[in-house]
Amino acid sequence: MEQAVQAATPVEQAPRKKKKKINFKKTWPLLLMMVPGLLYLIINNYLPMFGIFIAFKNINFAKGIFNSDWVGFRNFEYLFTTADAYIITRNTILYNLVFIVLGTILALACAILLNEIKNKFAMKFYQAVIAMPNLISWVIISYLVFAFLGAETGYVNNTILPALGSDDWIMFYMEPKYWPYILTTINFWKSVGFSSIIYFASLMGIDHSYYEAARLDGASRWKQITRITIPIMTPVIVMLFIMNLGRIFYSDFGLFYQATNNSGALFSTTATIDTYVFNGLLGVGDIGMSTAAGLYQSVVGFILIIVANYITRLMSRENAIF
Amino acid sequence: MKKEDRGWAIAGHISLIFYTVICIIPFILLISASLTDQNAIYANGFSFWPSEFSTAAYEYIFSADSGIIRAYGISILVTVVGTLSSVIITALLAYPLSRKETPYRNLLMFLILFTMLFHGGLVPSYLVYTQLLDVKDTIWALIVPGFLMNGFSVLIMRTFFSTTIPPELIESAEMDGAGEFKILGNIIAPLSAPVLATIGLMNCIMYWNDWQNGKIYISNPDLYSVQVLLNRIMEDIQFLKKNLPAGTDMALASLPSDNARMAIAVIGVLPILLAYPFFQKYFIKGITIGAIKG
Repeated sequence: MEQAVQAATPVEQAPRKKKKKINFKKTWPLLLMMVPGLLYLIINNYLPMFGIFIAFKNINFAKGIFNSDWVGFRNFEYLFTTADAYIITRNTILYNLVFIVLGTILALACAILLNEIKNKFAMKFYQAVIAMPNLISWVIISYLVFAFLGAETGYVNNTILPALGSDDWIMFYMEPKYWPYILTTINFWKSVGFSSIIYFASLMGIDHSYYEAARLDGASRWKQITRITIPIMTPVIVMLFIMNLGRIFYSDFGLFYQATNNSGALFSTTATIDTYVFNGLLGVGDIGMSTAAGLYQSVVGFILIIVANYITRLMSRENAIF
Repeated sequence: MKKEDRGWAIAGHISLIFYTVICIIPFILLISASLTDQNAIYANGFSFWPSEFSTAAYEYIFSADSGIIRAYGISILVTVVGTLSSVIITALLAYPLSRKETPYRNLLMFLILFTMLFHGGLVPSYLVYTQLLDVKDTIWALIVPGFLMNGFSVLIMRTFFSTTIPPELIESAEMDGAGEFKILGNIIAPLSAPVLATIGLMNCIMYWNDWQNGKIYISNPDLYSVQVLLNRIMEDIQFLKKNLPAGTDMALASLPSDNARMAIAVIGVLPILLAYPFFQKYFIKGITIGAIKG
């Protein structure tokens, strides 16, 4: 302990040594408390960061991970010469863009509608129900999707299509072309209500006197929304928007893996970086390449988050993460 | 003007009722499917009302050999142990960080923040947990990797502690000779019930819903949680359908029938749906805390 004090103080602030001296006698219980949490961070977060060296190795399980041969950037070369890298990057970014842009609009519209409900009980009820899908696990959602889209027993093939006069079944889990729409719908079903509550919370904070003044001037409800609500909400919208853009390289793994039943036939429209890495790990793909894909995601994702945070900080300091 | 407001309110009610119906309808299909006779499912597919009512699926589930009861036990055990330990570990880290006396506070805050920005990725994590710690096929695999603590909860809790608990309170407790652990347990924790409940609830849902750790680390069926079991059944069926010639019903017959699978999904989601009315207040509060920086 004493040694640690000696070592730490000069670095901290050499001139005011006395004042800055850390009092371990008094603070050791506080330090002790943090041990389990910090230990966990080391194991769960920091050790894997050093594990990224695997991306530069040709993993051979017979030789063991540490003894496998170094191959430099070969895994990355392989990854980027296949069509896979393009497909997974494109899918990840395009889906996220649609989710962010359309999702924001839907969530905002939903929040504005919630705000029109004056009956408190009804408002709380709607809020509770529309936030509920976000609680459901992706495995259960894959069952819900299967109940609708399953080939032999699904509701769509057995009830909706016949009602529309079509006798042919659609093999949904084999046809990539439908999935951009299906996945977008599932994503909105799960998340729009949830995110509308975030907007609703900040809508509730708007000073009512603005609306009263507008009403006295004869502004219609629509005018009040477009001229008061939206402008006041803009900073929040922009901020969440940028934060989400910062995460554009990460996909909602459960959505793309579970809702599609991880069907290989759908790869071209449903594979994202996360599903690619996961499949690589579980033996469907190449582990070196999937680690390379994971590192590619971590690095680009990190840069994007830093940029997004920097922009947020320029706009409003208190909303930035750091 | 009044009339216009009413028009908006009615439009709001209609759209939101429509939306709530969309949120609920898939569950009705699921429940109805679980209560339909298997032969009726073969004939007509799933429908919103059982064409032929049957409780055979539930009888199968609650019979001893389905493995569901066991999976349920695993899910409950993991959720309870995981939630309690994660809240405790998070609070133990967040509290010292909220105190000005704590040495290296800024450095530690940075280290926590950094974990929120950069991830080593799935494969390196897997190697740490299997090669270094050997959690494979143990109950710890369902509790520890990824879920036990996250930087975000620590920041939220720390902010709550430092903004709602007056430093004088801690000082006076120290004067009375209370140690830090006592202060945290007897003074801070009771005052912080809202944030502890919110974080606990979020973690609880996360543990109950987890299938990923189970899929990556567990191959022993005795350790399947409900979600992992459901995932495994779905995968086995896809696999058999793809790899067996048509008409090989033998292998398929050993798997739960359609209605039984739907029934397992129903009982997998039921605890959350039933408890939801009681915790939705905290849940909705949690959404707002989570969105706005801790």
